[in-house]
Amino acid sequence: MGWPLIRVYTLLVYLFMFLPVAVVVLLSFNASQFGSFPMTGLSFRWFVELAQNEAILRAFRTSLVLGALTALISTTLGVLASLALVRYNIAGRNLISTLLIAPILVPEVVLAVALLLFLNFLSINKSFFLLLMGHVIFTLPFVILVVQARLVGIRRDYEEAALSLGASPVQTFFQITLPLLAPAVFAGMLFAFTISFDDITGTLFWKPGGVETVPTQIFAMLRNSISPEINALGTVMIFLTVGLPLLGLAIARRMAMQRGG
Amino acid sequence: MSVEARERRQPWILLSPALTAIGLLLFVPLFFIVVYSFWLRTATGADQAGFYLDNWNEALTDPFYRDILFSTLRIAAITTVACAVLGYPAAYFIARSKGNKALLLLLLMLPFWISYIIRTMSWINILGVSGAVNWVLLNLGITSEPIQMLYNEPTVILGLVHFLLPFMVLNVYVALEGVDVSLEDAACSLGSTRWQAFREVTLPLSLPGLAAGGLLCFVLSAGTYITPLVLGGPTDAMYANLVFEAIITQLNWPLGSALSLMLLGVLGALVLVYNHYLGMGQLMKGLG
Repeated sequence: MGWPLIRVYTLLVYLFMFLPVAVVVLLSFNASQFGSFPMTGLSFRWFVELAQNEAILRAFRTSLVLGALTALISTTLGVLASLALVRYNIAGRNLISTLLIAPILVPEVVLAVALLLFLNFLSINKSFFLLLMGHVIFTLPFVILVVQARLVGIRRDYEEAALSLGASPVQTFFQITLPLLAPAVFAGMLFAFTISFDDITGTLFWKPGGVETVPTQIFAMLRNSISPEINALGTVMIFLTVGLPLLGLAIARRMAMQRGG
Repeated sequence: MSVEARERRQPWILLSPALTAIGLLLFVPLFFIVVYSFWLRTATGADQAGFYLDNWNEALTDPFYRDILFSTLRIAAITTVACAVLGYPAAYFIARSKGNKALLLLLLMLPFWISYIIRTMSWINILGVSGAVNWVLLNLGITSEPIQMLYNEPTVILGLVHFLLPFMVLNVYVALEGVDVSLEDAACSLGSTRWQAFREVTLPLSLPGLAAGGLLCFVLSAGTYITPLVLGGPTDAMYANLVFEAIITQLNWPLGSALSLMLLGVLGALVLVYNHYLGMGQLMKGLG
């Protein structure tokens, strides 16, 4: 295959990845009352209806709280475990690493069934607590992988310097290690939040009746038929999960450049 | 306590919350459903504890379950091959391009940030009765009535490929990044053609990435149940749909346990074979 051919091929692959999503965004501004072609005009009416839909707003709140708590717990556990793996020479490190990422290797359906049935056996029914535990367990490996990758790049010298100058280990952790770690912690939290916010497979098993997250709400709405409201909701989700991180990245880069210049 | 003893205990204190969580929320529950799969759900809806082989007998010999297991594996295999065919050249292009590599990589990461359910349902806008393709066909006068292109096995595979392609491209890209370009140049200077150099040098060296991407695509597609529900018809159930049906709809939890363990066994065996030959290192590289 010649180079120009590979270029065109790659372009087509990227179009395949993004065109359907672009159509969702396009149709969400369609004035027509059916969520489909042709476009009869530009309108924000579906976003207005979205903002007035009590069920969707509730789902948003549930997803946000669930994602935030998942990120908090998962990142705390993940950062501690990563510190142990990167900073210490421990016996059986490979085994421990494998155990910690095991939740990725088990199909999510199986993980969902096992957790649901076991906690039910302990008389813990479907609840927000079960949902949270489930989200923590399958986001934890990703947090550990991301945090570990960042941690390897942080030199130990600074900590040793602080210790040799008389700081206690706890002081050293909070004043030296944690600030150096902040980007890793932030990346882990963002990752955990996004995975939790997007999850549907486990969530459908764990969620109590009447509780919906944004993905399960979209799924329930799809049962009827595709409506312009779903496209609008999709557009909002895309903006939140893609637009905001990109904006954050751009701001961070700008700030770094200003500091550098 | 001596300093050394404290130094030795510290990592375990740091590890214990995560290990406890994974032990209590993954390993103990997995062990529990192994035991549970031998219990029996009686007609009254109560569970009969004991050692009954009925659920396993049903999961292993019922042709209904067996057929769906095979069709699930077939769908996963086709999806994996399609991802490899679509993904490899794209990954090669990204790895070897000079100017816009950062942009291409950023774009490649974007699908991971877009909700799975939205990416899946987006195909209804494209292929549905009132979707983009039908609209074009009608306006060009090629068809006089909209055609239903959705809700069959090919659209399930299409949805899975769309969802999993970025995993494949990323894994192959990571492997190709590790292959020195000058190796290909060396092969060329020794008289091989570009294509030969690629086939004999670069391709074999990138196979671990292809295998890692392939494993991810296969395992993730074989375990899915949302895509067939959104893009498949009534007869396009995959194995995870059976699990969901048994657990959530029929409330036959012992049978559901046996079915989930079947799925875990088949996919776990695949992961073990992979691990035996290639190790987990490459997979972790692609995930991190």
